[in-house]
Amino acid sequence: MAVRTVLHQADMTRALTRIAHEILEAARGPESLVLLGIPTRGVELADRLGTLLTEFSGVEVPVGSLDVTMYRDDLDRQPTRGPAPTRIPDSGIDGRTVVLVDDVLYSGRTIRAALDALTDLGRPAAVRLAVLVDRGHRQLPIRPDFVGKNLPSAASERIYVRLAATDGVEEVGIESGSEGDE
Amino acid sequence: MRHLLSTKTLSRDEAIQILDVTEDMAATQQREVKKLPTLRGKTVVNLFFEDSTRTRISFEAAAKRLSADVISFATKGSSVSKGESLQDTAQTLEAIGADVIVLRHSMSGAPAVLAESGWISASVLNAGDGTHEHPTQALLDAFTLRRRIHGDASRGRGLDGVRVLIVGDILHSRVARSNLWLLSVLGAEVTLVGPPTLIPFGIEAWPATVSYDLDEAIATVRPDAVMMLRVQRERMNAAFFPSEREYAGLWGLSAARFAALPETAVVMHPGPMNRGFEISSAAADSSRSTVLEQVTAGVSTRMAALYLTATGGAA
Repeated sequence: MAVRTVLHQADMTRALTRIAHEILEAARGPESLVLLGIPTRGVELADRLGTLLTEFSGVEVPVGSLDVTMYRDDLDRQPTRGPAPTRIPDSGIDGRTVVLVDDVLYSGRTIRAALDALTDLGRPAAVRLAVLVDRGHRQLPIRPDFVGKNLPSAASERIYVRLAATDGVEEVGIESGSEGDE
Repeated sequence: MRHLLSTKTLSRDEAIQILDVTEDMAATQQREVKKLPTLRGKTVVNLFFEDSTRTRISFEAAAKRLSADVISFATKGSSVSKGESLQDTAQTLEAIGADVIVLRHSMSGAPAVLAESGWISASVLNAGDGTHEHPTQALLDAFTLRRRIHGDASRGRGLDGVRVLIVGDILHSRVARSNLWLLSVLGAEVTLVGPPTLIPFGIEAWPATVSYDLDEAIATVRPDAVMMLRVQRERMNAAFFPSEREYAGLWGLSAARFAALPETAVVMHPGPMNRGFEISSAAADSSRSTVLEQVTAGVSTRMAALYLTATGGAA
């Protein structure tokens, strides 16, 4: 089993900084933005993007989390998952530009579930998607608006994202599962 | 988790996981849109061989909030009254497409038989069996108590060191049993209080202290919570105490006893209450009574139980 680090701490910081600028560029004004991270690692990424956005724009950008467990379409295929809390900022999401934040974009099914979860919580003016890594293999017509790194990968490979607050280290890597591996 | 049959078999981690999922379910019940798509396409059958309004309605609400199809089945006037066996009834329900069977039965152990016999592949949730267990009631009680004590910081925590009095008919009460197992695995200290005739034989083996005197128990234990049990008149086929007035006088939570409780102690009751008998209105209507919170928590708890048993493929 070969493990290869693709993004180091400095690369990740640069990618997040660039995404923050791109979000500001695309938004008509920072006042309408709300960031929602998808647990687990999307929440930490959203927090960090929120800090950067607030720093660059001078406007406090609300950050929350959006758990999608109860909206997944694979609940019967996977071992039961414990849901994580959903925190919607006091400002709400109605009429705002919601930026969903996740670590890895793969099949697109998590984002599909997130869009359904959002519908039950309110009616945003627009929904955008920011991911740290896009590894391809989409199974649904979903595309990200902001990408840290495009990482073409084989389906047998595993992409892992480690973040300072959750894992103690900061890196993105690929683990290629050899045939005998499982 | 395939089935939920008892709290006695739950580990501390499992119990806390169910309570934490209940927190998430409770959070969704604060929203404008309370319905989740989680169990879409699944069928939940409420199979009640005993009368129950609140448990059945609570399970029904929980299943509907999770988008399951619900069939409620009271056995009165059904083929069960014509002599159909539990096996045939359950297999018929599965043939109709039941994924989860919520079973209430007057025989202790009926849900376990249904779950372990191999008659059906559906999940079984015990909604009260004889004098054995009523796990979702205990879970909702523990959830309510944990919320009262730890508030928003409840997640991941047990009830370590919390002192609880369970008062009344311990002998016939499945609620008392389920609560005792669950509370002790969560770290609480339980004292059972009741007339000697309503304390079961062999209680020394239970993880609890026993008292026959409510006033003394209130004074010495200084409880954080008092759970009053309903006196189950329908199970009283012998003289367990001389008269209702004597019971109310000795083991009822009167206004005077309520005043003697520590100021922070909460009063719990699984309902339906017999006011003026085991509980006074002063206690039942005070802000320290959790009776209605328990009902609300019941829906979230049952959502959690349905979610954890009805989802999950190859684990």
